[in-house]
Amino acid sequence: MIGFAARRLLQAMIVMLVVALLAFTMFRFVGDPINQMVGIETSLEEREALRERLGLNDPIPVQFLRFITQAAQFDFGTSYQFRQPVSELFAKRIPATLELSFASALFALVVGIPMGIYAGLNRESAISKLFLSVSLIGISLPTFFIGILLIFLFSVTLQWLPSFGRGEVVQVGSWWTTGFLTLSGLKALILPSITLGLYQMTLIMRLIRAEMLEVIRTDYIKFARARGLPDRLVNFRHALKNTLVPVITITGLQLGAIIAFATITETVFQWPGMGLMFLQAVQNVDIPIMSAYLLLTAFLFVAINFIVDILYFFIDPRLRVGRP
Amino acid sequence: MNVLDIKDLKVEFPGRKSVFVAVNGVDMSVEAGKILGVVGESGAGKSTVGNAVIGLLQEPGHIAGGEIYLHGKRIDQLPYKQKRLLRGRKIGMIFQDPLTSLDPLQTVESQLVETIRTHLPLSAKAARQRAVELIDSVGIPNADERIRQYPHQFSGGMRQRVVIALALCAEPELVIADEPTTALDVSIQAQILELMKKLCAERNVAMLVITHDMGVIADITDHVAVMYHGDLVEYGETTQVLGAPVHPYTQSLISAVPRPDIRVDRFPVVNYIEKAGTPQKQIDISTHWLGKSRDYGKVSGPLVKIRDLDMAFETRGSIFPSRRKYFQAVKKVSFDIEEGETFGLVGESGSGKSTIARLITGLYEPTGGSILFGTTELTSLKNRRDVLAMRRQMQMIFQDPYSSLNARMRVRDIIAEPIKFHRLASSNAEVRQIVDDLLDHVGLGAAAGKKYPHEFSGGQRQRISIARALATRPRFLICDEPTSALDVSIQAQILNLLKDLQEELGLTMLFISHDLAVIRQMCNRIGVMRHGELCEVADCDALFETPQHAYTRELLSLMPSLELLSRANLQTVDHPEA
Amino acid sequence: MPYVSNEEAKAAVQDRAGIPPAPSRLARIVDSDMFHSFLRSKVTVVAACGTLILFLLAFLAPWVAPHNPFDLASISILDARVPPVWMEYSDPRFLLGTDDQGRDILSAIFYGMRISLIVGFCSVAAAATIGITLGLVAGYMGGRVDAVIMRIADVQLTFPAILIALLIDGVAAGIFGSIDREVFAFYILIVSLALSFWVQYARTVRGSTMVEKNKEYVQAARVIGIPSVTIMARHILPNVMGPVMVIATINLALAIVTEATLSFLGVGMPPTQPSLGTLIAIGNDFLYSGEWWIAIFPGLALALLVLNVNLLGDWLRDALNPKLR
Repeated sequence: MIGFAARRLLQAMIVMLVVALLAFTMFRFVGDPINQMVGIETSLEEREALRERLGLNDPIPVQFLRFITQAAQFDFGTSYQFRQPVSELFAKRIPATLELSFASALFALVVGIPMGIYAGLNRESAISKLFLSVSLIGISLPTFFIGILLIFLFSVTLQWLPSFGRGEVVQVGSWWTTGFLTLSGLKALILPSITLGLYQMTLIMRLIRAEMLEVIRTDYIKFARARGLPDRLVNFRHALKNTLVPVITITGLQLGAIIAFATITETVFQWPGMGLMFLQAVQNVDIPIMSAYLLLTAFLFVAINFIVDILYFFIDPRLRVGRP
Repeated sequence: MNVLDIKDLKVEFPGRKSVFVAVNGVDMSVEAGKILGVVGESGAGKSTVGNAVIGLLQEPGHIAGGEIYLHGKRIDQLPYKQKRLLRGRKIGMIFQDPLTSLDPLQTVESQLVETIRTHLPLSAKAARQRAVELIDSVGIPNADERIRQYPHQFSGGMRQRVVIALALCAEPELVIADEPTTALDVSIQAQILELMKKLCAERNVAMLVITHDMGVIADITDHVAVMYHGDLVEYGETTQVLGAPVHPYTQSLISAVPRPDIRVDRFPVVNYIEKAGTPQKQIDISTHWLGKSRDYGKVSGPLVKIRDLDMAFETRGSIFPSRRKYFQAVKKVSFDIEEGETFGLVGESGSGKSTIARLITGLYEPTGGSILFGTTELTSLKNRRDVLAMRRQMQMIFQDPYSSLNARMRVRDIIAEPIKFHRLASSNAEVRQIVDDLLDHVGLGAAAGKKYPHEFSGGQRQRISIARALATRPRFLICDEPTSALDVSIQAQILNLLKDLQEELGLTMLFISHDLAVIRQMCNRIGVMRHGELCEVADCDALFETPQHAYTRELLSLMPSLELLSRANLQTVDHPEA
Repeated sequence: MPYVSNEEAKAAVQDRAGIPPAPSRLARIVDSDMFHSFLRSKVTVVAACGTLILFLLAFLAPWVAPHNPFDLASISILDARVPPVWMEYSDPRFLLGTDDQGRDILSAIFYGMRISLIVGFCSVAAAATIGITLGLVAGYMGGRVDAVIMRIADVQLTFPAILIALLIDGVAAGIFGSIDREVFAFYILIVSLALSFWVQYARTVRGSTMVEKNKEYVQAARVIGIPSVTIMARHILPNVMGPVMVIATINLALAIVTEATLSFLGVGMPPTQPSLGTLIAIGNDFLYSGEWWIAIFPGLALALLVLNVNLLGDWLRDALNPKLR
């Protein structure tokens, strides 16, 4: 177990290192950081002094090392457009994005998994076909268009739910703000989380259905039926558990993707999260925010994958106990 | 009283264009404590009979007529739920492949206990006790300990024992075994058959064994039903049916079975079985392009000389050499193959025999030792031209006719590829002519060239493989289990074809098989392999009559006896040609 | 013979019946299970027709569109924000109404769809070329080459397509400056979409290649002496194209969606060359003032296009997967 985890951890760290290299390259070489920081009237000498002070004249490996050390301490430099430390800007916006992602992931899993199981077990039933059709529409409608349609329907036409913002938030601890504790906060969460979660929900549903259909054709399921086991046992103890192994991987990837997809949803709903800030950074070529965002999402993603690998380990005995 | 009675059973599979009748009016029955064998080749409908009895016909297949009785009670019309209750409780089933028959995520214990408690009103503790007893009774040592393990911790043979234990969980009256030993090695097969025979007698269950293997039939069954294209062609006591078959199909089927005890010159071809092998236009080898393969200069001494051949596969990679793990597939193997002879390599799965074939053809690079072909050391060839010149002289025929041909190429292009690649013909027209002749010569006919591989049956595809191998005009042909995926009747024809070609073209052959009987029919000299090592090399008859090595003796003793089988139709050879 | 499938059983029966004559190519297609399953699925036939019609409308936009939305001479600001014909204050010249500058929505949709499709096809072609090549090489060569390619793919997979595209766009803007953005927008889009999608092809092709390379027909080719590149191109590639076709179809839909999303976010096609996404972005500003048609109609067109392509991809996957038949 420890060896397994250590190996996975090492792989995760390599991925993070490569991403850090990318982020650093972007940070250092795209545009001139000095130009972005100073006004036009700054003299050449002053620029050179700033360059020296920021260490931009050091050898590249030294700069990279410094970049990693600082990033590990959440120091990502100063935003070009806001003239504030990037870490502070992110600290303000992370709670909004994580709460939105959490709500959508919950929605995607709670609705997607049962639908997938049902459709996998009852391949020919009318309800399964309905699920499949709906899911096809779900993956065909672009996320942002779903958001627009929901806003048009529930905000503009019916005026039931707000079309932008987080509603009222409550401060929890020193820097976390939550929208889960107020009515307006919860109401504001409904449309964005459905918008964000719908695509993942359909993917999860289709995946589980497809895996179920594969597993049901295996010999051990046929043998379980030939032993006269009741359908309930065959379907849930044998088929579902074997389905889980591949499903967990993809689901992990999808949950990671939610955080990235949040960018779109946050734009449509003007949700004050880090995705929205990232988009503005892209439009204004605010490189420090871009590279910090790159590192952050990669980190969340790698962390989720690591957890998934560990889960794998508990589900699949073939990883746990060796052959004699 | 009979445990199982099948009366006029008819099973249909409606297809897109027509209804496929898989089983067409079959009658058979089994008594308690007796074993009925159902034998036939692919497409005979034998597995369908078993699936129909247990009620697990694959959609859209269904019983279209007839009746099935269990202890005189009709069961084919029972509603779904009652049918399910019969499964496991009254009828147990054993599948072919033990590696895929068990749920990989559940322990053996939990699979046994859930099955026991589904059928018998036992407490969890009592069910576990029973599970341990069952595991013990199917011959798995240390049952109390091993029951807690997962399927992947058992070997193939042990897993098949677990499958048998699962089938016997609730004391069924009838056990259906569908090709129970096909996926296993001979030594394991013998043990499993022994176990089945013992359990059948001890527990007084009726057993229906479905198999393609005459050896299994001869070994354990009391009665046998021979099926052909959904029809029951012969049915009776095993000794009677095998010893004095009445129906022409049974007769030809039995005469096509290779025996370890007799060597035949050619297998009798009975038209009842295959018409595709009828002779096509024959070419005159002495003047034909193909006959030029006889023009290689004679070598003095053996054609292939293998010395201390070693092959290790890395099973666990690591950046630290000390942590890498290797599997030694071939260990210090040395043997010679004389020009014009057929050298046989026999052994169980994992013995390294196929690895040797791949080492000689250059598919793998040996980790040690030397391979001398004529006067050329193959392992030290660097120049690409030299390598190609050697490749041209040796070709290989593979085991699986379904994957050895590129499905996206026409047969004509498949056979033309080596000729064009090695520039063995001067014009496209000549290539075309050669391909047509080759197809004729292997018994397919030139018209086959226009089609794609999937339009052919296994035996026909193997003929295409042979034509492709001949297309470089090789002098040395390696056959790696060329018939083990084929029905016996087709196997007999392919073996005949190989024998003819060898004689005509003066080919030297390395013939690899797990089947001693086939080896005996084909080879002049034989090497026996085990765990990567060569145990014994001997002349064919000497090996079978006076085996020297203990392992060879063991292998021979495990062969199912085919003494029962009728010897009509066979021409034996007294003096095998050198 | 062990456990046989229906097809093998049929083949075995054929062993005894001789070889039937080879049918013609057309007869082969019409008779194939694939064509049959196509005709049997009514939804698929409808989707195929729908896709064909939409493609035709898009590529023939200059000839079939009622107006030319880019011809400044024919646009009048006086026609701005006219609602669709079935509403009050509409104008029979504009079936689906007009946008804020007086451009006909229906025509803009045809032209926009053309841009969306061109971007989609180009990026799918680029992604497939990169992915198939790398996948073949990784799968066939194995070892270090494989490890390097697949680690790159792993890192790539850490970021969803949309994020990669955004980053590339941001970086490109940093390098080229915002002024040239409009000129380069098309190429930047293709590059970012291709770089985001190649992994799928590479992984699939690698997986299938690893299966194929151990099959005996590849070993036979090696025994003949055929060099690796030829084996990959002539023997393996045709045999791994099935799954690639499925991915390419589904990928086309995904590329169109991603392009639309990027354009909607303001980093894709500029308003001077509007794709469907750009049109929706323009219309989004008027949603709250009640002029819903400017955003909703292009959105529906987009959804319809993607849905049809997805339906085809879905059918293709099921038809090519013999296990689910």
